[in-house]
Parts: sequence; C-alpha cells; structure tokens
Amino acid sequence: MGEKVLLRHEEVPGIDRLEVYVADGGYTAARTALREKTPAEIVEMVRVSGLRGRGGAGFPTGVKWGFLPKDSPKPRYLCVNADESEPGTFKDRQIIEFNPHLLLEGTLISAYAIQAHVAYVYIRGEFARGAAILERALREAYAAGHFGRNIYGTGYDLEVYIHRGAGAYICGEETGLIESLEGKRAYPRVKPPFPATVGVFGCPTIVNNVETLACVPLIVGRGPEWFRAIGPEKCPGPKLYCLSGHVQRPGVYEAPMGISLRELVYGEAFGGGIPGGKKLKGVIPGGSSVPVLLPEEIDVPMDFDSVAQAGSLLGSCGIIVMDEDTCMVDALRVIARFYHHESCGQCTPCREGTGWLERVLEHLEFGGARPDEVDLLLRIADNMMGNTICLLADAAAMPTRSFVTKFRSEFEEHVRLDGCPKRLAHAEG
Amino acid sequence: MPKVEIDGRQVEVEEGLNVIQAAERLGIEIPHYCYHPGLSIAGNCRMCLVEIDKVPKLQIACNTRVSEGLVVRTQTERVRRARQAVLEFLLVNHPIDCPVCDQAGECKLQDYYMDYDLEPSRVPLEEKVHKGKALDIGPLVMLDQERCILCTRCVRFCDEVTKTGELGLFERGDHVTIDLFPGRRLDNPYSGNVVDICPVGALTSKDFRFRARVWYLQRTPSVCPTCATGCNIDIHHLRGRIYRFRPRYNPDVNTWWMCDEGRLGYRAYQGEQRILEPFRRDAESVLRCDWETVLAEVPRLLREGAEAVVFARATNEEAYLLREIFGKLLGGGNLHGVSWSPENASRDDFLRDADKNPNTRGLAALGVLVPVEALRRALLEGRRDVLFVFGGDLEPVLGPEGLRELRRKTRVLVAADFRGHATLAQADWALPVASFAETDGTFTNRGGRVQRIREAFPPPGNARPGWWVLARIAERLGSPKRFATAEEVFAELAAAEPAFSGMSYATVGERGCPLAAVDR
Repeated sequence: MGEKVLLRHEEVPGIDRLEVYVADGGYTAARTALREKTPAEIVEMVRVSGLRGRGGAGFPTGVKWGFLPKDSPKPRYLCVNADESEPGTFKDRQIIEFNPHLLLEGTLISAYAIQAHVAYVYIRGEFARGAAILERALREAYAAGHFGRNIYGTGYDLEVYIHRGAGAYICGEETGLIESLEGKRAYPRVKPPFPATVGVFGCPTIVNNVETLACVPLIVGRGPEWFRAIGPEKCPGPKLYCLSGHVQRPGVYEAPMGISLRELVYGEAFGGGIPGGKKLKGVIPGGSSVPVLLPEEIDVPMDFDSVAQAGSLLGSCGIIVMDEDTCMVDALRVIARFYHHESCGQCTPCREGTGWLERVLEHLEFGGARPDEVDLLLRIADNMMGNTICLLADAAAMPTRSFVTKFRSEFEEHVRLDGCPKRLAHAEG
Repeated sequence: MPKVEIDGRQVEVEEGLNVIQAAERLGIEIPHYCYHPGLSIAGNCRMCLVEIDKVPKLQIACNTRVSEGLVVRTQTERVRRARQAVLEFLLVNHPIDCPVCDQAGECKLQDYYMDYDLEPSRVPLEEKVHKGKALDIGPLVMLDQERCILCTRCVRFCDEVTKTGELGLFERGDHVTIDLFPGRRLDNPYSGNVVDICPVGALTSKDFRFRARVWYLQRTPSVCPTCATGCNIDIHHLRGRIYRFRPRYNPDVNTWWMCDEGRLGYRAYQGEQRILEPFRRDAESVLRCDWETVLAEVPRLLREGAEAVVFARATNEEAYLLREIFGKLLGGGNLHGVSWSPENASRDDFLRDADKNPNTRGLAALGVLVPVEALRRALLEGRRDVLFVFGGDLEPVLGPEGLRELRRKTRVLVAADFRGHATLAQADWALPVASFAETDGTFTNRGGRVQRIREAFPPPGNARPGWWVLARIAERLGSPKRFATAEEVFAELAAAEPAFSGMSYATVGERGCPLAAVDR
C-alpha cells in the first residue's frame, strides 16, 4: 500500500490543525493555483487528470465545470455536497473530521477555477461534530488569509459558508441540496435546466462531492499526470472505500481506483474477511441503492466502468458485506424501509412505490404474502425505475430487482412458509 | 417555428411550447395531472411520460420544449405501460370513494383510469395510509388529503398567482400531505380557483359540493357580470337554475382564473326576488298584466315626453335599442347611461375591478354614459311625465329619500329589470326581463373588449329578454326594423357604430373582439 493522500491524517497526526496541514505542504497548491494559473488552466488540469465525481455518478469533474455558461452576467456558486447519507457510506466524514483543510483547500481552488466568489458547504445535519471541526478549520484558514478578500494578494475573493442540513437523505441530491440551501423543501428539481445554468438562487452553480474536491489540491499540487497514473486509465485517482457489515475490520480505506472488491473484503490490509469464518452471501459494492453482487462476482475492479459492467454500480463505494446467515428478504426490507422513509414524496412512482415495496416485503418477512407478491416486487420496481425526477426511485428499485432475481428461491421460501424461516425458527426454538 | 413529429405526424409550432401543447395542436391528448399552463412546471405526477427519439429514458412531455426535428411517440407500449403504472401508483393509497366524492364525473383519476388502466387493485384497503378528511381550510374550500395526488397545483397557485402562500407540503414519502401553514386559512380573494384546478376530489367547493352531480349539468359559455373585467365563464346550470360559475380560458382577459366574488355572483341570479309577470299599478292596487297590454300602453306613454335611465348592467344591444328609442324615435335625447358601484367596492391589480358593472365601457362607446352626479342632478331637478328605468335600481344611486323625491316628481315610472327592487316596487309599470344568463347579447369590458353572453336557458315565467321588449317597443313607436334575435340587433349596432365596425356574433366568438379606436 502506497502513501495515503486522502486519509493523510493516518500518517500525519493533527493535520486537522492549520499549522500541521501547512507544515505538510498544505495550501501550497492553492497558492500556486491562484498566483500562477488562470481559472481555465485549473479546469484544464482537472479535466486532463481524469477525475470523476466521487459522489456516486462518476461524471468527469472537469467536463461538469465546463458546462457553466461563458456569457452569463450572473454570479457563480460552488456547492460542496457534504450531505453524505447513503447507507454504508462514511468516507466524506473522514475527510471532514480528520482532514478538513484538504476539503477547504479543494474548495478554494475549485471556486477559483469556476470563478465563484461564494462557496457553500452543505453538510449533513447529523454531522454536528464534522460541522464544528469544519467551522473551526475555516476560521483558522480565514485568519491566515486563505479565504476572504484579496487572497494571497491576487485580488481574488472567496467567502465560504457552512450550511447544516436539517436531516433528509434527499438533500444530498444536487438539486434537492440547492432547494434546501435556498430554505425550501428539498424537492429535487426537474431538469433541464441543470444547476450549471440555473442553480442556487437561479445562478450558475457547480455541486461537487467532498471527496471529489479533496482530490483537486492533489491534482494541482502533484500534477494531473501523477493523478492519472493511479488506477485505471479511464477512472484514475486515489479512492476511499467504506467497508461495513460482516467483515473483520469495518472502516474507511484508501486505495487506488480499480482495486478488486475481493481484495477489499478479504485482504489483510482491508476488511480481513468475514468473522467466524463464515461464507459470503453477497456484497453491495456502492451503497444500499445499488444491485447486490454474488460471491462469484466479487473479483471486479472497483472503478465506475468495471462495476457497471459487472451489473452493479460503484456508487459511493459503500461496501456492505453480508454473510451466509443474512436473510436477504429482511435485508431488502430494511433497505426498502429506508427509501420509503426518505422518499421526498414528490414523484408519484417513488412516493407510492417505496411504501408499497416495504409493505410487500413486510408480508414476506412477517407473514401474509400472496404467492404473486414476489413478482409484484419486480413489477413495482420496474414501474419505478427511470420514471422520476431524481434517482431515489431507482435507488429503491435497483436493490429490489437484484435481490429478488439473485435470491429468488429465498423469497419464494418466505411465501411458502408464510414468513421468515429464521424468525419462525426463533419463535419455535 | 420548429417542426416536430408526434406519432408520425408533422406539426409546426411556436418556439417555447412544450410537447403537451404541441400534441394538442394535432388533437393528441397527453394525459397529465400536475401540468397546468398557468403555473410553473412541477413535473411530479409523471403521467405525461412519452418517448423522445434518441433519449433512452421516457421524458415528461410537460418539461420537454419543442425543438426542430424533435420526434415524439405517445402511443407506444412503453408509454402505455408507464401511464398504467402511474395510475396504479396513484391509487395505491387512494380511498376509492367515488360514490361519495363530489368530484365524480369530472375527476381525472376516473377519466384516466378508464382510458389507460382498467386494472383491478392489488392493494388491500386496510393497508392504505390514512390522512385528513373533510378539512375546512377556508370559506370556499374543503380538503380531503386522502384523495389528493400531490400534484401541487393548488400550492403553486397560491405561491405564483395570488402570491399568498397559504398552502404547503408536509411530511414526506407517502405521508406527504397538502395542508395550510399553521395559523393560516385559505381565504384569499381567488381561493375558489384551487377547486377548479384540482384534478381530483381533494379540493371541493363548499358552495357547490353535494348540490348536483356534475354529469347532469349543462354548461353555457358566458361572461361574469359581477364587475367590469368581464372574466370569461361557463355557466353550469340545470333546468333553469344556475349551480356555479367556472372560469373559462381567455388569454386576453382572465386567462384561467376568476375571483371568488364573481364566482359566488351566480347567487344573484338564482330566482329569489324574480318578477315573473309584468305589473301595472292603478290608483288602488298593483295588477298583473300581459305583454300585449304593456306594448300597447307603454309606447303610448313614452310619446308623452319621456326620459330614460339605462344601467351599465344592460347589454350593448339593449343600450343601443334604448338609444334608438329615446334618441331617434322619440326625438329626444334624454337617455342617461349610468354606471354605479358602491363606495369601497373591492378591487385589486389583478381581476377585481371597483366598477361592479359589466358594461360601463359599452355605454361609453355608445355615447350614452353620464357621470353619476350629473344623473342625480338631472333626475332630481325638475318634474317629468314619464321615466323609463332599464336594468337597475335607482335607490342606491339616489338614496331612499332621493328615490321618493324622484317618484313625487315623476308622473309615470316604468321600470324593467330581472328582479325586484325599490324602483320596481314604486313603478307604475314593472316589466320582467331576462337575467344575463337568459339572454343573448354582448358586454364591453374595461379593456374595450366586446364579449358575448348567451341564453343558457329561457327566462322564467313571463319574463322576456330585454332586447326583445325594447325591439317591440321600438316597433310600436314606428321603427321599421323587425329584430327577431339579439344577433340582428348587434349587426345593426355594428353597422351604425364605427367602434363596433365589422363585428358580428361570429367574429366576437368565444374570446371577444376589441373595440376599434374611434374618437368620440
């Protein structure tokens, strides 16, 4: 395992403090960017680096920045998406709590690159500790002249505001985030227009994930070629992986893009295998919203393209490991319950479909299911998929389709036994 | 203008239209709930999903703007399945209480279910999410949250049109409900519109609910008579009774909306205080009489030196005939057109006008309008033989004492109106005429737009349309014209009056026709 750049705090204790961060070379990239590069040059560096958005969609960051209209008289905004809420995902929190200046420096360089003079960090409401750490780091950085007026004497101004969310998964969807930031219900917006043209307060806006922005100082400081050399050609860079569920050592790990999922689950430097020597039943590779992979499918390289080829999604790299004792019906029921609770209720298929899925899964798990309800799950999921404003409906539909398809006999057994065999055994035993 | 192809047919439409509107031009209906042309795009109901060439996912037609070469398919199996799916989702938590729902018959859930779904329910009733029922949210509106499909039309109306923001969304997922913000009531002057735009039975009218099944009602296009704005309406009526007014789209007047005052204005035409027969008063009593007597006696009286008042509630046709009678046939010129409104009449910068008369501008265009003060002076100055009052009550204009004084100074008072009031009660001849809902004619609104009203049903009893009464009087006074319809009167008016030049009922049509600019 090479040098850690995103989880730098594991090698440099106290790097959440400005003096330690600066002593480690922090804010050098920002200084270089603002003093020696034009905004267009930074955008080009990021484009050439091949950086793809770490929020889940994997869209090339430089290309996204290029969507900003060239001739708009309106101010531009940068929004930092720190609303990390996907079940199984806790990587951004690591950066926020342990290496906040990396995020702030990335914010500074990126805001400069897109010519924004205001940046908002929209941080998940539950991250009270993270918000406090970030506030403190920001105060330090302001005091040292990294933010505010005439930064580094270049004439460039940037104000950064930390905005705490009120606690809803949908605030992480970029247009839901924008609505929430504006003080409204976080109803995702119909697109077009996209935020790059009509975003916060109707102005051109870029929304980037925390981990994405944390990569920017590295790209500028060490060069896009350095970044490109890490991991696969089309999906390069260092990456954070969140491991949870039935693994020996859950946690956040830094490794190059493209490391194999098997390595992450079983490797000694990572998850270290399944506790009690149990067998693997399935792995969700990218947060609870993506299709589950079977044990024979986990030799997949963890990058956006390879995982998609394997029939799932890299998503937010929230890897959830399930051992042989896991009831897949119940696991899906818990996932459905989450999306039911978090559906904003705007679009018909999602508002009604998420609740319906949960109810049907309750029939299966607790008894009372009709024989056709296994197929009903697939039918509901199909009808939700791709038919809504944002991807929350897909987030509920994708795991449903994959769980039911890949573990169908287990679902049918639940119908036959009129409930979960594990619960029934427990009740009898 | 971009050329688009929808279901294999080409159409050229204006820039800026969406696919729903473009399809309408071809007579293709794309079903929708949340989309309303007068409101912002919400895109939440997902009913208008269509296939767009080269776009992998189905797209909502409401948020897809036309562009050159756009190819749309609205009838494919995929689209059909998506519509069916949306309907099934909408009904997952719907109470399916059509038999007791006042929206039945004009409910888009019912309509689209019949058109696009027709599948039995797969959700047991006992598992549905329950929400508030029969919530009294304002003077005009009841809310049933279980029937609501969360299209947010009402919320957007209150945010964007009235900008009063009484309604909001609360909770999330399938627990989302429309409700009032705490401490608010839906009591803005345009609140009734939310009932019209609610596609389902969630918002119903307290004034109308449970009074009629809508499929029995007939509708007649007309113009709201409550103020000078002249909002276009449909009169919903059955067997000579008006049940409600509904706004009718007219981009040049009221777009999709009308005010609550106008909406409830139908009550004035409901039949209370109607006079159903002509009456004449002699020394001792008031006697019912017939039109033959009226038409024999009244013209004779008028010849004895008459003066007339016409209210701005009369149609252009009626005002024109009065002008013919008093200006030409009687050689006088003592016709006073009056537009009277109460002080402190409601008004705003949207639809409500402080002038509560539908045809003030029409009287002005015909050159018969006089200021109210001038009318008072003219009426109370001297004595007269005969006064003919058409289409209104002088009591509010002159005050009770003024009316008594007028009565003392007037030998014979003839009054014609559709319902009883102080002037009619004191008249020697009281003539029952049709209400605005019972006659053909035109009003000219505050913007100078000539608009048609229509006979929705015949006048009750022995009442006759005002134009008919006046045309017959004119005949008896020697006019060679034999008007058989209001349309013929209008044709004559249009030929005589440069401001109305070239107009006919055909050209006035459903949306009206602006007066020509003519110096008077």
